[in-house]
Amino acid sequence: MNQPLKQHLIDPEICIRCYTCEAACPISAITHDDNNVVVDAEKCNFCMDCISPCPTGSIDNWRVVMAPYSLDEQFSWDELPAQSALSGEAGGADTSIEALDENVAALLAEAHKGAGGKARAPASASKPTINLYNLSKPAMATVQGNYRLTGEASDTDVRHIILDFANLPFPMLEGQTIGIIPPGLDAEGKPHLPRLYSLSSPRDGERANFNNLSLTVKREPDGVCSTYICNLRKGDKVAVTGPFGSTFLLPCDPQAKLLMICTGTGAAPFRGFTMRRQRENPHLKGHLSLYFGARSPHDLPYFGPLAKVPDAFLGKYFAFSRQADLPKQYVQDRLRATRDHVATLLRDNDTYIYICGLRAMENGVEEALADIARGIGLDWVKLRDTMREAGRYHVETY
Amino acid sequence: MLDLINVSYDTQIPNNVGLSTDKRVLKALEKWHPGYISWWNDLIPRDFQESLVYLRTAVSVDPKGWTKFDYVKMPEYRWGILLAPQIADRKIPCGEHAGDAAWQDVPGEYRAMLRRLIVIQGDTEPASVEQQRFLGRTAPSLYDMRNLFQVNVEEGRHLWAMVYLLHKYFGADGRDEADDLLRRSSGSQEAPRMLGAFNEETPDWLSFFMFTYFTDRDGKMQLESLAQSGFDPLSRTCRFMLTEEAHHMFVGETGVGRTIEQTCLMMKKAGIDDPFDINRIRALGVIDLPTIQKKLNLHYTLSLDLFGQEVSTNAANAFNAGIKGRYMESKINDDHRLNGDTYKVWNFVDGKMVQQDVPALTAINMRLRDDYTRDAAGGIGRWNKIIEKLGINFAMKLPHEAFNRKIGVFSGKCFDPDGMIITQPAFEAGIREWLPTRADGDFIQSLMKPCFTPGKFAGWIAPPKVGIDNQPGDFEYVKLHMA
Repeated sequence: MNQPLKQHLIDPEICIRCYTCEAACPISAITHDDNNVVVDAEKCNFCMDCISPCPTGSIDNWRVVMAPYSLDEQFSWDELPAQSALSGEAGGADTSIEALDENVAALLAEAHKGAGGKARAPASASKPTINLYNLSKPAMATVQGNYRLTGEASDTDVRHIILDFANLPFPMLEGQTIGIIPPGLDAEGKPHLPRLYSLSSPRDGERANFNNLSLTVKREPDGVCSTYICNLRKGDKVAVTGPFGSTFLLPCDPQAKLLMICTGTGAAPFRGFTMRRQRENPHLKGHLSLYFGARSPHDLPYFGPLAKVPDAFLGKYFAFSRQADLPKQYVQDRLRATRDHVATLLRDNDTYIYICGLRAMENGVEEALADIARGIGLDWVKLRDTMREAGRYHVETY
Repeated sequence: MLDLINVSYDTQIPNNVGLSTDKRVLKALEKWHPGYISWWNDLIPRDFQESLVYLRTAVSVDPKGWTKFDYVKMPEYRWGILLAPQIADRKIPCGEHAGDAAWQDVPGEYRAMLRRLIVIQGDTEPASVEQQRFLGRTAPSLYDMRNLFQVNVEEGRHLWAMVYLLHKYFGADGRDEADDLLRRSSGSQEAPRMLGAFNEETPDWLSFFMFTYFTDRDGKMQLESLAQSGFDPLSRTCRFMLTEEAHHMFVGETGVGRTIEQTCLMMKKAGIDDPFDINRIRALGVIDLPTIQKKLNLHYTLSLDLFGQEVSTNAANAFNAGIKGRYMESKINDDHRLNGDTYKVWNFVDGKMVQQDVPALTAINMRLRDDYTRDAAGGIGRWNKIIEKLGINFAMKLPHEAFNRKIGVFSGKCFDPDGMIITQPAFEAGIREWLPTRADGDFIQSLMKPCFTPGKFAGWIAPPKVGIDNQPGDFEYVKLHMA
C-alpha cells in the first residue's frame, strides 16, 4: 500500500468545540476528548454533512498522507501539522493537488498546460473534493438517461448522460472531472483504465438537490470508452472514479464575470457554470459571455436549451465553420468581431477566462486575445500570467 | 405528502411545518408578522437596513441545505419556522414519564409550565438584538459587522421559533404572549425584558464578544436542556436553533481571542513585556489584558445569575415532568428519574462555605450551571494558548462562582475572585481591580472607531484566521448603503 490517501482533519486552533459536527455526522466518525474534536479516518466516508454546519471553517481541512493520523495523535495536537512533502510533486500547497493518482494527475496537467504555467483556482472558489473513489474502490452509479444532443442531420453523435449516485456521497463542483471505467479487458488482457469526462451539471445535481450529475460525451470512432458510454441505457450500472481537478473551478463571488470559450463537448463545464449561476444569482445581468464554436447549429450541443437562456444573463456568441453559403467562422473570429466587448472584459479585474475544447483551438484563441489586448495597450503574456496567478485564467484542452 | 426537510416558500413565512395546510396558525402568524417587521425596522439603523449583508439562510434543515450564503438586505431576510427532522418513536427522556412516547401535543397538566418556559426563552431572543442595536456603527470591520448581523437575524429567527410554538399550541393565551414578546423592550422602564442581564445595553464590541461568549452560552445550555424536552415540537425547534447558536459561540470566542491576540502582538512589537504596564499598552491603541480579564469577570458572573437559585423546586418539577432535561441527557448513564440521587451544592453553615449533598432533582439548575462552567472554561484555555504562543506572561481565568453574585447562596455576601469571603470595605477596595470601572469603559469606547474598508480591521483587533464561507481576506462582507 504505497498509495497516498486524503485524510479529513479539524484545525484545533480554529475549532471552538461546539460539537455541532459531531451531532451532524450520520455515522459517528467524529468524537472528542477534553482537548480536541477529531475525525476517525477509518470511519469517515467523506459525506460532507459536517462541513456546512461548522461555524468556524475549522472542519474543512485535508491532508494527503501515506498513513492516516490516529485519534490519539489528533487528540494531542495544539495545531494542525503542515502538509508533509510527499515524494515528487504531490506535496506543497494543498489546493494545487488536482488528483492523487499519478495517471490522472498527469492527464490533467497535460490538459491544463495551455495556460502557460501552473494553474491556480479562483480565490473565491469552493474547496473541491478529490479522489474519493479510485480504481480499487470505484463508485457505482446508475444511468438515469442518455439523450442525443446533436441534430438528426449531424453526423456527430454527442450525448447527454445522466448518472445517479443514490445514497452514495459524491460531492462535485462545476468544472471538475470524473473517470469512467469501461468494462472488459484491453488488448493486453488488463482492465481498462478510466477515461476522464468533465461534469456538465452544477454541484447540487443535474436536477437541483438530487444526487445526480450529467456528462457531455461525443462518440469517437473506435473509442472504447466513448462507445461504451454512448450506448448506455437507462438502468445500466457504471463504475466511476474521482472527482478530480482543483483549479478549473467557478468563483463563488457573484461579481465575477466569466468569459467562456469552447468548442464541441468543451461546453460541458460551461453548462455547469451557467446552471450554477442561474440557481444562485438568477438576476445578475451581463456577467456571463459564452463563445461557442461548432460546424453548424445542429452539431452544437445544447443549441436548443441555450437559446432559451436570456441574452441578458448569458451573452451567446456562436461561430459556425461549415454552414452552407456562409464563410467559415471560428471562435477566434467571433472574439475579434466583438473586440470591444472582449476588451472591456480584459480590463476588468473581476473577469475570469476559461478555454475548453480541442487542443487545436488553443493557438487561434490565444492569438485573438493577444491582438485584442494589444489594441488596448496591454501586454498579453503579462496579463495572462497575472490572471493565471490570480486564478483567473484557465485552459483545459485535449 | 408533506416535505418536512426542504423549506417551503408557498406562504409568506418560509417553513418546514406544512404551514400552508394549517390555516389557523398561518392566519395568526400572518397577523403577527407586520408587528415583527416594524419592530425590526425601528431597531436597526436605516443605513444598515438598506445595505447588502452576506448572510446564510437555511433552505432545508438537513446538513447540506441549511447554510446557503448570499447578499441579503436584512429586512428581506427569510425568517422562518424550521424544526429539526422528527425522530421516529422518540421517547420522553427523563422524569416520571421517562420511556413513554414523546408528546406531540401539549399535555394539559404541564401547559402553564411549558408556556412559561417558552415565553422566557422567547423573551431573550429579541432582547439581545435590542441590546446590540447600535453596534453596527462602530464595527471594527465589515467581517465583524456581518457576524453581528448574522447573530441578530438568527436571534430574530429564534423569536419566530418560539412564537410559532405559542401560536400553534397555546391558543388565545399563546397569541397574547406572542404579542407581548414584541411589546416588552430591553431597558424599558414600563415594560422591560424578563431577565435582568437582557436589560443592559451592549456598549462596545468587547462587551458584545463577551456577551456572545458567556451570556449566549447560557442560552445554549437552556436550549440544550429544552432540546431534551418530552414535548417533541419544542425539542425539534431547539435542536435546530442549537446549530445556529454555534455561530454565536464562534463570534464570541474568536472575537475575544482576536482582541487578545492583537494586544499581545502590539506589546511584542513595542517591546513591552509587562502585561500590567497598562498606560503604555493602552497608548498602543489596544486593550490591556488585565482589563479584558475584568470584562471576563463581569460577564461570567452576570451569566451565572441567569441559572437561578442553586436549589429550585421549579427546576425539579420541570425535570420530573419531562419538560426540560439535563445537558446531554441522552448521553448520561443513569435512570433519568433521579429519585434518591444526590448532587453537591454550595451552602453556608456557620458562616462557612461548604458543599452539601442535596436531592439531585432539586439541583437541576446547579448541575446545568456546572456544565456551563466546564463548557466556558474551554475557551479560556484556548485564549491562554494565544497569549502563551506570543510569549506574554499572563493567563486569563474564570473567577470563583461566589464572586459578584446577585442571585443564589452567594448573593448579599462579599467574595474576592478566588472565592475568599472578605469584608465589605475590602470588597469595595478591590473592586476596581476586579471589575471594569467607568474609566475602563471610557477607554474601550475611545477605541470603537468604525473600519469599513474591505479586508481592513480596527487597530485593537486582529483579523480572523479563516473567512466566513471560505471567502478571501478582502471579501466585502457588507456592501454598505450609506445615505
